[in-house]
Amino acid sequence: MTLPMLFIVILLLISLVFNGLGTIGLHRFPDVYTRLHAATKCTTFGTIFITFTVIAYSTRQYILTDEAKFLNMAIHTLIALAALLLTNPTGAHAIARAAHKMGIKPKKAVRDDLEEADLQKKKEVD
Amino acid sequence: MKRGKAFVSTFLLALFTYLVLTLAAGQSMAQDAPWDHIIWSFEEIIIGISVSLIVAALTDHILCRKEDYRMLNPVRWLIILVYSVPLFIEMAKANIDVAYRVITGKIEPGIVKIEPDLKTDLGITILANSITLTPGTLTVEVDDEKSELYIHWIKMDDKPTERIAGSFVRWIRRFAE
Amino acid sequence: MMELTTLFYGAIAVLCVYIIICTFRIFLGPTAADRTVGLDTINTLVVGSMIALGAAMWETLFIDIAIVYAVLSFVTTLFIAKYLEGGESG
Repeated sequence: MTLPMLFIVILLLISLVFNGLGTIGLHRFPDVYTRLHAATKCTTFGTIFITFTVIAYSTRQYILTDEAKFLNMAIHTLIALAALLLTNPTGAHAIARAAHKMGIKPKKAVRDDLEEADLQKKKEVD
Repeated sequence: MKRGKAFVSTFLLALFTYLVLTLAAGQSMAQDAPWDHIIWSFEEIIIGISVSLIVAALTDHILCRKEDYRMLNPVRWLIILVYSVPLFIEMAKANIDVAYRVITGKIEPGIVKIEPDLKTDLGITILANSITLTPGTLTVEVDDEKSELYIHWIKMDDKPTERIAGSFVRWIRRFAE
Repeated sequence: MMELTTLFYGAIAVLCVYIIICTFRIFLGPTAADRTVGLDTINTLVVGSMIALGAAMWETLFIDIAIVYAVLSFVTTLFIAKYLEGGESG
């Protein structure tokens, strides 16, 4: 077990732990909004660490074997990372907005400014 | 003339995206010249330019709705790259916090309104995405006219505007305002 | 060299277990939004396991497919969200 290998193993373990926490949170939290917190963000973070693992692994392979396809792999994984970072939060926002428009109330909420704003708008229309 | 600038900037953005996506897409034929297939071949660039021309002709009125071309300045793009470092640190810190809440189940959720006082659409979009990316906060609704964001917060606290968006707004002012 | 490849296969197996656990949320979810959250989580996990599979089999093609899958699943999520929004208010 060399040092770079240990580094790769640790990165992979971190990614699995965060993905697992996201999966558990999907079942543990009470309503849509809190589930979105756990599910889309812990898994995004875990998947970012998977891409880091693959980038480290392919860079190591490139240094060891000097084959150009590993350099290819590192660059394409970087593009996949950018795609994930751009698309995931926007998707979560779209689901949250849709859930609110459907009329789902946040459970156990201490305070809800958006609900008050909606009520005020309704009053103005009336 | 007005549409010309929109056309050119849409064309450049489409060409840039095409070139990034086709980077290193060639076959590794020559072992002695590993950089040969990393850069683009002549045919690839020709196809990229023609596809980008079609895309620009079809969609320039969607990308550039307002007369605002300050994002053409490359320094602003450099600041966006630098911005990703504090964003990642913030993400890592807050992710550990959410992991703790998943395990213990201690939550106190609520929806708060924050007023970040940003003027451009791009600034508000990047702020909303950054807020959603850092765990513990989630953008539910954006009010475009008044520049207000409604945010679902997993652990309620006082002074929401400063605590959720304080450092992000200072960064985004540098490149989007 | 072989140990790292085996490790990637092990990680993919664990990710598959996570995906199966997430499927329960699609079946159980009390509202349609809950089911969409489950679907979105599964999409992210599938992208991650595709990238790991590409590294395990030394194939860059899988990573290209992962990029396309990520973008297409994003469009799917947006359309489902739009449909849910319109479901009530018309």
